[in-house]
Amino acid sequence: MVSPAHFIALSVILFVIGAVGVLVRRNAIVIFMSVELMLNAANLAFVTFARMHGTLDGQIIAFFVMVVAAAEVVVGLAILTAIFRARRSASVDDANLMKY
Amino acid sequence: MTGSVHSAVTPAVALTSLHATGIQDAAGLLLAFPLIAAVVLLLGGKRTNSWGHWLGVAMPVLSFIYAVAAFAQMLGYTASQRSRELTLFTFINVARFQVPLGLRLDQLSICFVLLITGVGSLICIFAVGYMSHDPERRRFFGYMNLFLAAMLLLVLGSNYLVLYAGWEGVGLASYLLIGFWQYKPSAAVAAKKAFIANRVGDVGLSLAIMLMFFQFGTVGFTGVFGAVHSASHGVVLAIGLLLLLGACGKSAQVPLQSWLLDAMEGPTPVSALIHAATMVTAGVYLIVRSAPIFDLSLGARTAVAIVGAVTLLVGAIIGCAKDDIKKALAGSTMSQIGYMMLAAGLGPAGYVFAIAHLLAHGFFKAGLFLGAGSVKHEMDDEVDMRRFGGLRKIMPITYVTFGLGYLAIIGVPPLSGFFTKDPIIDAAFAKGGTSGALLGTAALLGAGITAFYMTRVMFMTFFGDRRWDDKVHPHEAPRIMTAPMIVLAFGSVFAGGLLIVDNRLLNFLAPVVHTPPPSHGIWTRYGIITLVLVVLGGVLAWAMYRREVPVTAPAGNLVTVAARKDLYGDSINEGLLMRPGQWLTRLSVFFDNRGLDGLVNTVAATFGGTSGRVRRVENGFVRSYALSMLVGAVLLVGALLLVRL
Amino acid sequence: MTHPIILAGPAAETTRLLAYWILAIASVAAALGMILARRAVHCALLLAVVMLSLAVFYAMEGAPFLAFVQIIVYTGAVLMLFLFVLMIVGISSADSIIETIRGQRMWAALTGIAMLVLLSLVIGHAVIGPAGPSTAQFGNSNVSSLAHLIFTKYVFQFEITSALLITAAVGAMVLAHRERTSPKPTQRELAEKRIASAHPTPLPGPGTYALHNAVDMPALLPDGSQSELSVSPVISGRPLPSQEEPPRELPAGQEAGDQ
Repeated sequence: MVSPAHFIALSVILFVIGAVGVLVRRNAIVIFMSVELMLNAANLAFVTFARMHGTLDGQIIAFFVMVVAAAEVVVGLAILTAIFRARRSASVDDANLMKY
Repeated sequence: MTGSVHSAVTPAVALTSLHATGIQDAAGLLLAFPLIAAVVLLLGGKRTNSWGHWLGVAMPVLSFIYAVAAFAQMLGYTASQRSRELTLFTFINVARFQVPLGLRLDQLSICFVLLITGVGSLICIFAVGYMSHDPERRRFFGYMNLFLAAMLLLVLGSNYLVLYAGWEGVGLASYLLIGFWQYKPSAAVAAKKAFIANRVGDVGLSLAIMLMFFQFGTVGFTGVFGAVHSASHGVVLAIGLLLLLGACGKSAQVPLQSWLLDAMEGPTPVSALIHAATMVTAGVYLIVRSAPIFDLSLGARTAVAIVGAVTLLVGAIIGCAKDDIKKALAGSTMSQIGYMMLAAGLGPAGYVFAIAHLLAHGFFKAGLFLGAGSVKHEMDDEVDMRRFGGLRKIMPITYVTFGLGYLAIIGVPPLSGFFTKDPIIDAAFAKGGTSGALLGTAALLGAGITAFYMTRVMFMTFFGDRRWDDKVHPHEAPRIMTAPMIVLAFGSVFAGGLLIVDNRLLNFLAPVVHTPPPSHGIWTRYGIITLVLVVLGGVLAWAMYRREVPVTAPAGNLVTVAARKDLYGDSINEGLLMRPGQWLTRLSVFFDNRGLDGLVNTVAATFGGTSGRVRRVENGFVRSYALSMLVGAVLLVGALLLVRL
Repeated sequence: MTHPIILAGPAAETTRLLAYWILAIASVAAALGMILARRAVHCALLLAVVMLSLAVFYAMEGAPFLAFVQIIVYTGAVLMLFLFVLMIVGISSADSIIETIRGQRMWAALTGIAMLVLLSLVIGHAVIGPAGPSTAQFGNSNVSSLAHLIFTKYVFQFEITSALLITAAVGAMVLAHRERTSPKPTQRELAEKRIASAHPTPLPGPGTYALHNAVDMPALLPDGSQSELSVSPVISGRPLPSQEEPPRELPAGQEAGDQ
């Protein structure tokens, strides 16, 4: 019997993996992909809770999350290309001038 | 009466004062004359140099003339009406605290006024000649007149606060005059020492005044003396002891005696006037004036008597070992004031004799000091008696006046000292009990030692072989200096007799101090014992000092060494007060620097250091910031969980 | 109510269980691989695996519409966008293993574990009940029920989201636009430049005279050496396959040049 608890657990694990991925990777695009992973994990949780409550609101929210994630990816990657053209490097560690 | 706490003789008539009329109404002039001289001379500056000293002499003389007139007017009143008061202006007017600048002319104050102005005028005349070679003579007379004004304010004040104002004024004048030659480091140090020792005493007096105001709501003499009956024994004892502390400071009694010998750094007229006749007697005045307070407290009286007895012995012992003629006389002053304090501490039985001895002492001690000044002046400012010797043929007038003063001080009848000192010894023994015996014995011993050291001074200075260099050419002092000495010599001879015989002073002062007439005559058995001791002391000194006096001081025995060091008075002060005070200061400075500053600096450094460390978190890397965001999110979730759990 | 996608019945149970476990393990492994892989393209492909597994999960949970939207939009569009940008940015840009920030890895790991523990506690304490029954508001099909909700209850959010999409598109165009710093050279100028330069002739195409005609195979010059001009500089960042390998035995039916 696959209860919603299973899905929630999976969602949690994926979310944490995505969060750690944001922290340890240096390539900006991979960081972006980790964020996408976190969003997907959240979507899974939403859908699971929708099923649990027996309503469709969770699915609606997941749908909107997808849309917004798409828009975010578009803009974010556009920024990335602009930065890459200027600096020839996609590492986020290169932007480190705002320090003590 | 001497054993009871409350005096049985408290007539109300002596406590009230009538308003001054006639000549006495202008008593402010007494203060105004010297004050004008002081202001003119001190503010006028070098322009007044040529005639300043004559103004400085004229004003005290004018004050003396006025004092005589006021005294004559007072004698015209009946005994119960002789106490007169007048107010110059309102000094303080704050809610419950009302203090007028009032003057009280009664029997006690007129005695002092006459002494101050009379002896003061003579000494000022002497100083014209003594200071003739000093370019700062005008300033000297300015200070002297300032002193006279302050001293008159002290004895004329009708309340304790005006007395305190005069008290402080004479302290200031004493400081200025001791340190007159301020380019001499020893003089500057001595002036400072005198002022500080006086200040310690002043604390006592000011606390007493505060206590009086707190307890009685007034500081005027009539108010306080009228209300003192209602106070508790503890309060009266406290006031008495605090007044005693003030008196000790001003009169150089133990434990505040260390400044008097150093005060001889000042010019000799200063020593004569301030540190012999007048300022140092202010303490005795204070105690006698506060008689109603001391009458109610046996403890305070006993303390006064003990202080007097101890000091008279200490002063005498110190005087025995001093080779400086002025310091020997200073030790003698300390000792004689001890006699006066002893008499005052005996209660009503002794007040009059304290005043009598004070007045007589004013004459013969001033005469002795002026004689010493004349010798010093002629011997090229030399004061070491070991370099004197055989001066009686060269300076005959000085020798005679000094000699008369010497006979008076040791108490040879019929000169003053005999009449005034013996009643004190009699009164001490008459106190009865162990205390009376002890005090009387001390006084007797003191008399013997006085004879010893004064004879020593006489012989070392005026007899024996000449011990001075050829550079010095002494001759008799000029007339302007010898005239006052001659006048004072008359006082040395006759003052005591005039005051004591027929109980004249006693009757005069009776409404103020209520001393009962003594039941004995002039000659008592203690008087005879005193005379014997005096002769013994004199013979001993004659034997030791009539011929050979070594020019350099020989190493003495233990007592001599101790006496040369002022019986370790300075060492005690240093060890007990100065060093702990220094350590306290150092501790405070250390605590302030390390402790307080350290605390503040540590707080600042902590912040600085912490921010320096924490600053490194901003390393510019986005991933570190992302990490901190995630950590924050975790903490937030944790906190929410804790709340929900 | 049965639905073609939602499985029901005891056989369906085991299928569901099996499907869940396999896909769950696969997606977790893919996610871990995604954050650990060195090459960015591998990360993208592993993310695609995760997304596809999630699509199946959505289908299992009674959200078929979402499942297809996940596949079509998310995996098919968004992830491909990632791949395109990877092409532009450079496939060869591989992350080095060395971590430059001190303590970052340790703290990241610790924080991850802490987060895991905390969220597990949350799950443990939250009441996660069984799946609730579908209510009547759904109507007959998932899509029409969703549509009903979107256009009545959530219409405002819908409109805002569409505005967001338009803004994002315009924004991307603006950001990716390159301003010319110099005037655009006309054809005449280009031709003049070409004639004046070292190689007036067109650049050799990749794979010319090579054994293989892949885009990343450099052309061979007359003396047998590789011509770097023939391969796009983006692609040429990778080490190029050697030209020396002998031709393979082609399987039957294939001609030389097919790859």
